[in-house]
Amino acid sequence: MSPKHLLSIDDLGRDWIEEILRLTDSFAEVSARPIPKVPALRGKNIAWLFYEDSTRTRLSFETAAKRLSADTMNFSVSSSSVNKGESLRDTCLTISAMGVDAIVVRHKSAGVPWQIAKWIDASIINAGDGWHQHPTQALLDCYTLTQKFGSLDGRHIAIVGDIKHSRVARSDIAAFTALGAEVTIVAPQTLMPPSLEGWNCKVSHDLDAVLPTVDAVYLLRMQLERQQEALVPSLREYTAGYGLTDERLEHLGANTLIMHPGPMNRGVEISQKAADDPRSAVTQQVANGVSVRMAVLFLLLGNNGSDSHPNAPRPNDQGPNEGIL
Amino acid sequence: MAERERKMTRPFGGVFVARTSVMSADDIDRAIWRMSHEIIEHNHGVDNVVVVGLQTGGVPLAERIGEAMVEITGRDVPFGTIDVALHRDDIGIRPVMPEEVTSIPCDLLNKVVVLIDDVLFTGRTIRAALDALTTFGRPRSVQLAVMVDRGHRELPIRPDYVGKNIPTRRDEVVDVTLDGVQLGEMRK
Repeated sequence: MSPKHLLSIDDLGRDWIEEILRLTDSFAEVSARPIPKVPALRGKNIAWLFYEDSTRTRLSFETAAKRLSADTMNFSVSSSSVNKGESLRDTCLTISAMGVDAIVVRHKSAGVPWQIAKWIDASIINAGDGWHQHPTQALLDCYTLTQKFGSLDGRHIAIVGDIKHSRVARSDIAAFTALGAEVTIVAPQTLMPPSLEGWNCKVSHDLDAVLPTVDAVYLLRMQLERQQEALVPSLREYTAGYGLTDERLEHLGANTLIMHPGPMNRGVEISQKAADDPRSAVTQQVANGVSVRMAVLFLLLGNNGSDSHPNAPRPNDQGPNEGIL
Repeated sequence: MAERERKMTRPFGGVFVARTSVMSADDIDRAIWRMSHEIIEHNHGVDNVVVVGLQTGGVPLAERIGEAMVEITGRDVPFGTIDVALHRDDIGIRPVMPEEVTSIPCDLLNKVVVLIDDVLFTGRTIRAALDALTTFGRPRSVQLAVMVDRGHRELPIRPDYVGKNIPTRRDEVVDVTLDGVQLGEMRK
């Protein structure tokens, strides 16, 4: 049975992650066609419910939906009835009443997508909830890595920077390790989560010691808006200790992949030169994001069997109508 | 009679149990050569002809027909494959998943596309393939070659080149490989 929601990487497990990566190849091919549009999700309605700022994730989902011929409903908090005090639940019920097949949600509080999944019947896709999860980012990161390395088994990936506030780090660690990679998180103590219990990764505070051993270095955005908390003494000191500077770039292995979820603070966690280095996969990540999100949307919405078409005929020679796998 | 594992969109597929053999490997080979000659004759050569195999059953046949056409004419024949899953009309009614990545070697504008599949049944796969082709340009014409035409069409679609016409019951399964064609059923 194919999954109904995509809330967390942990729900998928290795088999589903690999199935999504396999499907992504087909959708990348669609994106490369002279007319990059297939009728696969014709008649499906997808709503964006973004309570937090986003450019690439939202545009990426929007492009993915359009390439699959789905209809989309835009919802931006700043111009909606949320300003009149409408609750999250009422907003969701309202959207649901108009008939949606999926809601892509981003919210500053962890757990919101799970809550919405309890209230309404549509497929829910988590596009980031607080510090908690960002599963489609992790899937596109996995796809980018497998394009370069084939299998992730035995590969070593360093995730560097503001681990504490990063939903990307939490989803990435789960996804990379599910595919057999080893992950080391590198950050000053103040940017580490309060407890690392249950985290399936190694911990280091010394980037220079870790870099020679990695196949990929994943730099997280230094969340400048949180600097008033004084988690690092100064950005310059952070860059000196944990940034991918020109000097570190020179000592980086020839086949080491440089990754970043965007938006980049050039000159802080990643130098101008490192961002534009041939080893940098940053624009590849963005391009892959569209294909991966097409695969996710198709997996969740294209395989609901008779559930999504209550009046559809069920030919008796078509076999059982369960999901796949 | 032989049994073989058939790969189809999950959870379909399973083990095919053959009941009757209707074409041998030699029969298939002769049909491939005859159809290759027919395609060349019909198109007065291979100018602008592109051979496209339907994933997954049509691809080995398309490869053989493409090779035969090259051997007969001494000319290059562009070869592609197409997976029609994303263009099917039964998405949402039964599980549909792309199995292989589509690969079309060139712009299809003004080309003559010869679609090749193993079995022609309801015609719905071919409808999806015609839809898919339009995303690669506007071919001058599209022709259809199938190894087996088993009848039971549900759409106004007919083949241009046929290996063999085989009358069947709806619930039978026709299994085509380069080793032969067999009639039988799926064991779940």
